[in-house]
Amino acid sequence: MSVKDYIRERFFPHIWCAGCGHGIVLNNLLRAVGGLGMSKNEIVMVSGIGCSSRISGYVDFHTLHTLHGRALAFATGVKLSKPELNVIVPMGDGDALAIGGNHFIHAARRNIAMTAIVMNNRIYGMTGGQYSPLSGPGKLATTAPYRNIDQDFDIVKLAKAAGATFVARTTTYHIQQMADILRQAILHDGFSVVEILSQCPTYFGRRNKLGNAADMMKFFKDNTTPIGSKAKKENPELTERGIFVQNDLPEYCAEYDKIIKKAGGSC
Amino acid sequence: MARPKLKEHHINREWCKGCGICVEFCPKKVLELDRYDKAVIAVLEKCIACRLCELRCPDLAITIETQDQIP
Amino acid sequence: MGSQVKFIQGNEVCVEAALYAGLDFFAGYPITPSTEIAEHLAYRLPQAGGKFIQMEDEIASMCAIIGASLTGQKVLTATSGPGFSLMQEALGYAVMAEIPCVIVNVQRGGPSTGIPTHISQGDVNQARWGTHGDHAIIALTASNHQDVFAMTVEAFNMAETYRTPVVLLFDEVVGHMREKLILPQTNEIPLVKRLKTSVDGGVDYHPYLAREDGRLPMSDFGGVHRYNVTGLYHDMWGFPSDNPKIVHGLLRHLVDKIESNADTIARYKEHYLEDAKKVLISYGASARSALHVVNTLRQKGQKYGLLELQTLWPFPHQVIRDRCNGAEHIIVVEMNLGQICREVKNAVDHPDRVFLANRVDGVFINPSDIRQTLRLIQGRGV
Ligand SMILES: Cc1ncc(C[n+]2csc(CCOP(=O)(O)OP(=O)(O)O)c2C)c(N)n1
Ligand code: SF4
Ligand code: SF4
Ligand code: SF4
Repeated sequence: MSVKDYIRERFFPHIWCAGCGHGIVLNNLLRAVGGLGMSKNEIVMVSGIGCSSRISGYVDFHTLHTLHGRALAFATGVKLSKPELNVIVPMGDGDALAIGGNHFIHAARRNIAMTAIVMNNRIYGMTGGQYSPLSGPGKLATTAPYRNIDQDFDIVKLAKAAGATFVARTTTYHIQQMADILRQAILHDGFSVVEILSQCPTYFGRRNKLGNAADMMKFFKDNTTPIGSKAKKENPELTERGIFVQNDLPEYCAEYDKIIKKAGGSC
Repeated sequence: MARPKLKEHHINREWCKGCGICVEFCPKKVLELDRYDKAVIAVLEKCIACRLCELRCPDLAITIETQDQIP
Repeated sequence: MGSQVKFIQGNEVCVEAALYAGLDFFAGYPITPSTEIAEHLAYRLPQAGGKFIQMEDEIASMCAIIGASLTGQKVLTATSGPGFSLMQEALGYAVMAEIPCVIVNVQRGGPSTGIPTHISQGDVNQARWGTHGDHAIIALTASNHQDVFAMTVEAFNMAETYRTPVVLLFDEVVGHMREKLILPQTNEIPLVKRLKTSVDGGVDYHPYLAREDGRLPMSDFGGVHRYNVTGLYHDMWGFPSDNPKIVHGLLRHLVDKIESNADTIARYKEHYLEDAKKVLISYGASARSALHVVNTLRQKGQKYGLLELQTLWPFPHQVIRDRCNGAEHIIVVEMNLGQICREVKNAVDHPDRVFLANRVDGVFINPSDIRQTLRLIQGRGV
């Protein structure tokens, strides 16, 4: 397959900054989808507002570019009304977990079969570098000039607690793992959450003196480790990568079909 | 299975934004940035067609073709 | 087959009408005094093969129905004051992206949590201007069950015809009272189906290019045409654009497709208007009291008439002018501080002849409230 078969080529080069991790997510998401052999007509991408959400404009699927934080709510309407569609929902960390946090936990709780991808760059990119719920204490942002005092979320733990039946984490450095996880997440029959640590060299990187895009990716390489690795035991500070949850539980649309049968309707 | 051999390493200069990610992570140091800040091939012979540059390019600017690949 | 007669609540009438109109999908969040709509649909919709979902809030509900509409479904949400406030951003999205959908607001007293179980008509201007930015909107209302049914079906029809959200502004009295409904027979009221594109797969399809008659054929998500939908200004393919020509053209289109059809969209009822010297204008539950007053005064030989509005937005200026311009007095009867009264004053040649008879204390405006205002206008004291 060629990624070119899955993009709207006329809009390239895309709007993201040089080295923006969101482009690497796009790159490997398309490879994951390409490997599945689905028809492009069966795929709907729903995104919110943010740099990350601009991804929907570049892919040649049915695309719905919605409101800041609300992508999962729109996507729930698409999926429940036409469950045969594959619904992919890429979101920014602010999009998914600040303004959209409520929709995030409730979509997870329902276990509706959609793929939520959190492109976590720990900053509000689109609006110029304000802190997000993922920035973490001590970080600098335009709205945290004296360093951030907000604690951050652990997206994996949050998704797990909310009931997501597939939960994984990877980074823009670990591209093969990213494509592999995304492929499994899309195939998963339930709500899947994939957190991808992504770099915003323009705001998060520059302000926090983290170097250029490649330096930020090296940081992902050096500070993450496979789940349960020996390295993790030796250094608990490392962030784990891989698939944390993969459960088979009743899926929402399938359960609703049973309601229709119970009510005597036909679908 | 034998490693696929490189047929063509293509860099789309229109799309490349010169971030340097491909240069930094090429295991064989095949690539460099030119004076216009675009990625170019410095030593093609060393390329092992591992595709890491293609997969990590945020701008979809790199295409690797290998010999066993049906174009 | 004889007509089926029911004796039910207004909110239930709305449910019957929505199902009659072909409702496929409902998303909502409970709130007084609209909750019965969700409750009845949770039971009835799956019987018809449709889908019901209780979302985590009204924002999500509004977003979910937009998503469902894009797969080709007829969709509805129902709420009241505070929930309607939460829906405004997504309502604007539906305006911008031209998504057919119906939103019921069974009004209660506001602002804020206000007076949940009591009547008000205070959301008339919110329905018009609640979402930000210049835009146009359709809002319909009704005063009795037969009309609640008719207007609900109209709302679905207009949503499809104009590819737009339509707001049904009911009120607590109409929503909760029980009265007779004669259920229309199948096919008795014409239904507007979604206009689908005839363009084949592989051929360039323009989701945002209007035909000569102004309508825009749609293609369902999951179908052969893959296009983009956005709340940003967009070109005829649905892709974001900030080209001034496109921005201006789209805004004009969004407003004109509704405002220039105001006469076609106008629904109203006339009572004794042919020779009326004094005209009452009212809508929703208030119109029930207004009609009572006009009926009694007519029996006494006084030339009063009533214009009952069912389309509130786009405001039927022409209808108001045609029916009221000769009137000595125009009395707007409503349960707010004069939201429609202001529009009427704008519409007529002699705004000084327009008076307001209202009540804003959560109590239903009754005929004696209206008669009191009429006496004041005539200088006869209270
Ligand atoms: C209701 C609303 N509030 C605020 C905004 C402004 N806004 C747009 S994008 C954004 C944050 C983007 O950050 P994130 O979601 O993390 O994505 P990123 O741009 O970093 O990819 C904000 C606050 C908006 N569009 N809508
Ligand atoms: S501002 Fe940050 S997130 Fe946005 S495109 Fe630039 S690098 Fe990416
Ligand atoms: S990774 Fe891509 S965009 Fe960056 S320098 Fe290399 S070719 Fe150019
Ligand atoms: S294919 Fe591998 S070896 Fe060749 S240039 Fe790219 S990264 Fe370097």
